[in-house]
Amino acid sequence: MSDDATFDKFKSCAVEVLQVPGEKVVREARFADDLDADSLDLVELVMALEETFDITVDEAELDGIETIGQAFDLIAAKL
Amino acid sequence: MSGPGGAGGLASGTAARAGGEAGSEHGGRVVLVTGGNRGIGLACVQRFLALGDRVAATYRGTPPPLDGLPPDQVARLLPVTCDVTRPDEVGAAFDRVEAELGRVQVLVANAGITRDTLLLRMDEEAWQAVLDTNLTGAYRVVRRALGPMVRARGGRVVLMSSVSALLGSPGQVNYAAAKAGLVGMARSLAREVGSRGITVNVVAPGIVETDMIAALGDARAEQLRSMVPLGRSASPGEIAGAVAFLASEDAAYITGAVLAVDGGLAMGL
Repeated sequence: MSDDATFDKFKSCAVEVLQVPGEKVVREARFADDLDADSLDLVELVMALEETFDITVDEAELDGIETIGQAFDLIAAKL
Repeated sequence: MSGPGGAGGLASGTAARAGGEAGSEHGGRVVLVTGGNRGIGLACVQRFLALGDRVAATYRGTPPPLDGLPPDQVARLLPVTCDVTRPDEVGAAFDRVEAELGRVQVLVANAGITRDTLLLRMDEEAWQAVLDTNLTGAYRVVRRALGPMVRARGGRVVLMSSVSALLGSPGQVNYAAAKAGLVGMARSLAREVGSRGITVNVVAPGIVETDMIAALGDARAEQLRSMVPLGRSASPGEIAGAVAFLASEDAAYITGAVLAVDGGLAMGL
């Protein structure tokens, strides 16, 4: 899968779980400040991403993940 | 986070429910009661069936008795074997309930055991067994139920504690510790998922006419009864009434509460 296609898939997860418009899901977007997402939203997003991409993300790996770009890179590295 | 349903003002509270369908009026909801084959759990099962809900009752040994139940209620009851100390069985039970009844909207974590003895005689196995069923068992079922509730933005969780959690009970150090643990669990979880329209509450029954009380022996049961301001023990149905209330629309604004249903035994604690 190309990076673009992977990002699109990632983005549709984020749009659905975080209930934000697609245009706000950009690499620079910060979960808390730009997407109004709380910690439970992030847990929901991670669970949705695990399901969508058939991967496992450990709690420790989520430390310091604050932007869409960081989260995407974490997921992409597992594919 | 902007949940569906709109904020509404205080005055519009009942009309502008934020929690999706889970708090809708009784009838047609999917309720799961662990340990639903006898005692308080069975009374809860019967109560929700009478209210028109679809009810899954988990059990280990014998399934819930069907005698005396009207056919329409039998049709809405799904007995499921499940040992809450077995994560695989918890998962399988929920899978089956979701397949046959739908997403669990109301969870009553009720399954519990006792292994009573004075602490000096309480070996680690007796401690672990009670903690594993009564506290960790609740963790297992709540955790499994929560994901769908969070996604649906609504749900009701009721944990069955005990007056012994508040009052202490000689010979029940393990039981009381587990039942007190449920209070901390409920209050923390209430804070975690309140924004998703999910309420988490605790019922703390006092002396209830069940096998568990019968096992204490007449003398201890009578001694306990004498301490109850109302002067009598409760029927299991009286506990089920409180559980049904916490699962009802009328309790939509109650979360993290410990509702004592004990005839006044532990009042003020």
